[in-house]
Amino acid sequence: MPGADLLERPPVQPRTPAAAGRRAGWRRRLKRDWVLLVMVAPAIGLLTVFHYVPLLGNVVAFQDYSPFVGMVYSPWVGLSNFARIMEDPEFWSATANTLVITAFQLVFYFPIPIGLALLVHSLMSPRLRMFVQSVVYLPHFFSWVLVITLFQQMLGGAGVLNQVLRANGVATFDVMTNPDLFIALVTSQSVWKDAGWGAIVFLAALATIDTSLYEAAAVDGANRWRRMWHVTLPALVPVIVLLLILRLGEALTVGFEQFLLQRDAVGQEAAEVLDTYVYFTGVVNADFSYAAAAGLIKGLIGLLLVLAANRVAHMVGEQGVYSR
Amino acid sequence: MTTAVGSTRRDPRRRGGRPVWDEQPTRIGQTAKGVLVGLVLLAVLFPLWVVVVTSFSTADAITRAGGLVIVPDGFSLGAYAELLSGSVVTRSVLVSTGVTVVGTLFSTVVTLLAAYGLSRPGSFLHRPLLFMVLLTFLFGPGLIPTYLLVNSLGLLDTYAALVLPGAVAAFNLVVLRSFFMNLPQEVIDSARIDGASEFGVLTRIVLPLSKGVTAVIALFYGVGYWNAFFNAFLYLNSNDKWPLQLVLRTYVLQGQSIPGASAVDSTLTGTGGVVATLAIKMAVIVLAVIPVLVVYPFVQKHFTKGVIVGAIKG
Repeated sequence: MPGADLLERPPVQPRTPAAAGRRAGWRRRLKRDWVLLVMVAPAIGLLTVFHYVPLLGNVVAFQDYSPFVGMVYSPWVGLSNFARIMEDPEFWSATANTLVITAFQLVFYFPIPIGLALLVHSLMSPRLRMFVQSVVYLPHFFSWVLVITLFQQMLGGAGVLNQVLRANGVATFDVMTNPDLFIALVTSQSVWKDAGWGAIVFLAALATIDTSLYEAAAVDGANRWRRMWHVTLPALVPVIVLLLILRLGEALTVGFEQFLLQRDAVGQEAAEVLDTYVYFTGVVNADFSYAAAAGLIKGLIGLLLVLAANRVAHMVGEQGVYSR
Repeated sequence: MTTAVGSTRRDPRRRGGRPVWDEQPTRIGQTAKGVLVGLVLLAVLFPLWVVVVTSFSTADAITRAGGLVIVPDGFSLGAYAELLSGSVVTRSVLVSTGVTVVGTLFSTVVTLLAAYGLSRPGSFLHRPLLFMVLLTFLFGPGLIPTYLLVNSLGLLDTYAALVLPGAVAAFNLVVLRSFFMNLPQEVIDSARIDGASEFGVLTRIVLPLSKGVTAVIALFYGVGYWNAFFNAFLYLNSNDKWPLQLVLRTYVLQGQSIPGASAVDSTLTGTGGVVATLAIKMAVIVLAVIPVLVVYPFVQKHFTKGVIVGAIKG
């Protein structure tokens, strides 16, 4: 009887969980909602098996794990893996590389989507604006393998750049294998791939600015640069602050595939970051416990950074990632 | 004053006209902006142009250009003919296509179901289940434990290892869920009063109202599967199972010769062999780009409509 069903469920939106909980016992709610649970089950099952089970699997960091013995019978070694990591110069070198690259990208990558958004927003013709947007979003959908291959074809030893240099009798140089240029190379790859996509958020913020503000500023005698400084930028500040904080929360994460793919070409010294360090010590050298411990350190510090970044975001009056 | 220009309140730029208070741009300013836009477009399109042109070039044209071809010079489908005539690349295109189609369907369906199942606050176990999904944002399981798990499940060297570990992206699930929750509830309620089952409400009411966002989510999954490199690199041992991205990395980026395609040519150091190999390599790149270029225009309009912006803002 649909009528009775309707009476049980409060038809007024929004239904607060507390109110619904008070009105119906769990048996009745289970009977009412079991179809929803069935719908959620596959996703929850996958997340459980491939997220929460491996999360527990991090206990191998406290073991001397051997794949032949298995997790249950491997001997426990306490914190000795962590002690070893603290004394490993390669770990610290990877950490230093990661932090230096993060800092470099904050200066040389972060402002570019803002500038790009301002440029696109300033275009008067809607068709040209749509076209430019379509083009600059596109590389976001390319894989890292593809992006790096394209860069190799442009800047590598056999690439267009060196082809032109050679044709003009100038000495060639291979940007793709030069450790000194590596940080600039990976940053420009990130810019090429994701700066356009990153501009979307700023474009959205720009679209919400009330044009009467520009009008009032113009009437008061502000030229276009002063209007940008006094009207446009203040409107972008909240977004800029939020994204900056989120980026700092991920200070230990730089693109994994991007570095994995280029580590051989430029050498470990310049291209080893924390994620690749975990991969090479763990999977390649089969030192699973050691690498899991390194991964755990990275994950925990990363978690603390994200939580701290969110606290700062809340303090400056922004939403952060998990205040939904 | 406000009434005089009040009619242009909704961003007059959208109509292409310049508002009266805006001064005419200087010629230098206009030129500088034009050059800047041109450079941005060129930076994205030039590499793609060179790759496409070279892939269609004849061996002679490549020799004349001394490598990559910038100005079209002759036309040949030889590279593609060679690639698609049963080489390792042919197989990898099929593998990538299969994994992408199956994976996208699977992920999108699972995500749609879960997003709908979690879209009604107050339903049984709603809060703990939602919490389980959201918690995955904060802490990844880590590379090593995931690898050990996939290994112990016996998924090494299977296609399932390319799909299952990342099948549900919590981000996509949350985006869809918040979209479903913002749909007009009266429509859903009245459908239910009329006796529609939950599944009927989802397929007949909710989905038709959510075509755009579903298309975008499917695109995200599809592009993710097509572009996936690391899972295949990590979990697959035999190269007859390799997807295209792995082939691209091994034979184009690292420059190893492609077994089955011009295997003889690439071992030669003579000009003919090397240049033919270059066209083939560029053709592999083009094959990796094509699906993205084909799907992109259909979904791209939703980005500017704000579907994604709403999603990014949470």
